[in-house]
Order: sequence, then C-alpha cells, then structure tokens
Amino acid sequence: MEDINAELESEELVPPAEPKAAHQPLDKAIESQADLSAEITAIGEAYRRALKDGGQPEIQPRLDYPPYRSSILRHPTKSLQHADPETIELYSPAFGHQDVHALESDLTIQHNGEPLGERIIVTGKVLDGDGRPVAGQLVEIWQANSSGRYIHKRDQHPAPIDPNFTGIGRCITGPDGSYRFITIKPGAYPWKNHLNAWRPAHIHFSLFGTEFTQRIITQMYFPGDQLFPLDPIYQTIVDQDARDRLVATYDHSITEPEWALGYNWDIVLTGPKRTWTENEAFGTAGDSIDEAGE
Amino acid sequence: MSTKLVPTPGQTVGPFYGYALPFEKDNELLPPGFPGSIRLQGTVYDGAGHTIPDAILEIWQPDADGKVVQRTGSLVRDGYTFTGWGRGAVGNSGVYTFTTVDPGPTKPGAAPFISVALFARGLTNRLFTRIYLPEDTEALANDPLLGSLDPERRNTLIARRDPDGGLTWDIRLQGEGETVFLDFQ
Repeated sequence: MEDINAELESEELVPPAEPKAAHQPLDKAIESQADLSAEITAIGEAYRRALKDGGQPEIQPRLDYPPYRSSILRHPTKSLQHADPETIELYSPAFGHQDVHALESDLTIQHNGEPLGERIIVTGKVLDGDGRPVAGQLVEIWQANSSGRYIHKRDQHPAPIDPNFTGIGRCITGPDGSYRFITIKPGAYPWKNHLNAWRPAHIHFSLFGTEFTQRIITQMYFPGDQLFPLDPIYQTIVDQDARDRLVATYDHSITEPEWALGYNWDIVLTGPKRTWTENEAFGTAGDSIDEAGE
Repeated sequence: MSTKLVPTPGQTVGPFYGYALPFEKDNELLPPGFPGSIRLQGTVYDGAGHTIPDAILEIWQPDADGKVVQRTGSLVRDGYTFTGWGRGAVGNSGVYTFTTVDPGPTKPGAAPFISVALFARGLTNRLFTRIYLPEDTEALANDPLLGSLDPERRNTLIARRDPDGGLTWDIRLQGEGETVFLDFQ
C-alpha cells in the first residue's frame, strides 16, 4: 500500500487549488439545465412510445446520446458487428492475491488519518447471466471524496481535497462472487456538459467476468438521488428498469453499529457461453487457476 | 432456474480514472527489449479527426504459441511472466503503446489476433474490437469475422507492420475509416 500511495502522491495528488471566485461558474457552456432536460425528456418519451408499440427494452446505455455532449463525436455511427467469440475471447485474464492486497478494499485506511465524510460499506455479488457467482475476479473502484472532488490533476472543482482519501480500491471476488469495500460516501460534483450540470453521487466500478466479452465498467449510484432525472450520463440508459440496476439498496443488515452505513449492489455480467472449469468454480484466490488454460 | 438475469448496464469510464485504473508497467506485457517483444502502438481519433487524450485500452491475447495464458500477475508484474493482458491509457496526443509479442494462432490455420476493449470519456459503454496481424493472408481470408465485412471496413482491423517489427493500429471512433466494433451477444 505504501508504494501505491507514494506513487499517487508524486504523480497525481495535487495541492489545493488557488482560491477561486467560488460562485462564478467556470462553465463556458451557455445551454441551461432546462435545455438539456427537455432533450432528455423528449428522448425518454420517444423510447416509452416505442416500447408501447412493441419495441424491445434497451438494457445497455445508448452509444449515441446527444444530451451527453462528449458522446457526439465519440459514438460509432455504424452498427456493432456481430462476432462469435473465439478462443481468446472465451477466457478472461487471471487475477489473484499477487495482484491485489486484501487491505486495498478499505479506502479509509490508506493514509495516516481518517477520511472526512460518511463511512459506508458497499457489498454485493458479481454474478453471470445464470446467477452463478463469478469467483476470483478483479473488482476495481474509484470515486470522488465526500466533497465531490477527485484527486486528479484535471479535476479543478473548487471543493476541498481530503489528504486522507485517495478514492481507489480493489478486491478479488470470493468463492460466492462477493465483493466488499469500506469507503466514504462520495459527493455530487459539477461538470461542464452544460451550465449548472451536476453528477449524482456515484462510485465507478470496473469488473471482469470469466470471459473477456463480459468486461464492464459502470457506475453505482445511491438511492433517492434528486439529480437522476437531470444527469445526461445516468440517462444514457433510457430504460427505467435498466437504470434502476445501477442504484444500490440501503441495507440495514449491512450497516454496522456505531460505525458505517451499509449498501448492497449486485452486478450481473453478460453471458455465459463457456462451461466453467472446476478450477475456476473453486478458484477463490485466482492464484489456483494458474495453468488452467487449454 | 432457467431464468436469465438481465445484465447490469455499463457507463462511461469518465475522465478521472487516471489515478485508479493505470498501474505500473500496465502496458508492458513483456519488458521492452525482451527477446521476441514488439511494440504495438496507435492513435485514437474522434469523429472530427481529433486525437482523444482520455481514452484507455485493454488488450488480451494468446502467447506467441497461440496458448491462452491463465497466469496471475498482470497488475503486479514480476518482469518475467507473460499474462496476456495489458492496459494502457493514451497520452495527451492520443497515442497508446504496448510492449507485447505477436499472438499465435489458437487453432491451426486460424488468423491470430489481439482482443481489445476500449474505454473513453464520452463513450457511454466499452467497445470491443480486434487487432489482426497483417502477414498471413490465407488465414485472414478464411477468418469468419473478416469475411463478414466489406473490404474497406475489414482493413480497419488489420495492423500495419512497422520497419522495427512492431505493429501500428489506429482507432477511429466515428466517420471515415470508422473502426469495426464488435457485439458478441
């Protein structure tokens, strides 16, 4: 852990920004939230009409979602080409405790002092499409601190940096596909998609399945966030049921007395297509699946 | 029991993965200069032809013999073990670089390729694609995916061999020469 932190501090940890005229919006964008919300609403209504007329539910975000302005020049215009996965794509890279130390799942102990904010436990299971646990795979998370600021040189949101919070965690899923992080509830933060654009609080998740085709990066949100209808990134998923799959559940049985609130969030990967080997099914550490390749 | 669970949707990687996803030697599947190692490089472009400074790629490939490696140690590299997986963020100029080996064919006669997952700010979900080697024209001609594509689009998946033995393969997210991206469902 020390090495990781030393590297982060030398390369990424920036000193607090110079004081700014705190209430002067830096956004060059002139489009208002009302403009954006009208676009979001129109797309949502068109989708619901299509659904009513027998259209298929869209379970993934739209690659082409103009209200998220950065997507306009970055979405493929041609349909994704269907491919049958071939040998290499039917396997995932292997990760184990050589790669990830057990303490990396606690984001509150990476520095000398306690991070500021609301301590939380985020836990759940990584499952495949048949509900089978995805064991021994890497889960990575990153997030803003409780004030809504990332320790990143390009994040110039004038909110305090927390010297005791880096906001990065990793773990390897257990035999039952479970993961568990201890962290701080992230704050909402502004971004420059349009004037007065704010992201709902979220934690970025990066996950691997048993096949490379199951690779996913997504975001976990917190229940009841007032910013959901306003956020073009959350709304890239046009289907309400699908959007709901990104929202964690507050779970009092996970909450620990006098210490931390608990949230549950299960993640379902695509697939599966390939039959598991026994090694993978029991590969709790990932270390035990060395040489399991064909 | 046969009920299928619906997959969790993806979301953009956003701009601030920089201190989370990259790790030391993440783009070195083998150390530079290791016998047999090659440089794999390219540039990521948007629909206006501008380079993208905040994309991140992952590659996953068999070894030079076409064997799928199932070895841990991709995040904490020991300098010797080839794990087949690497991650590389593009620099400010939109260029990515990996040190790796030419993948071998996983089956006799199969066209070798490197599997790619691409993430970027503004890209709402990851994209999959493949990098084929340029040399074995017969294997390329028999490849099911390449055979399903128009010749012009097909070429977006085939790398160029550099004079130094490396590979160059650019990604165009949109517009003229748009890279073919894959759907495995």
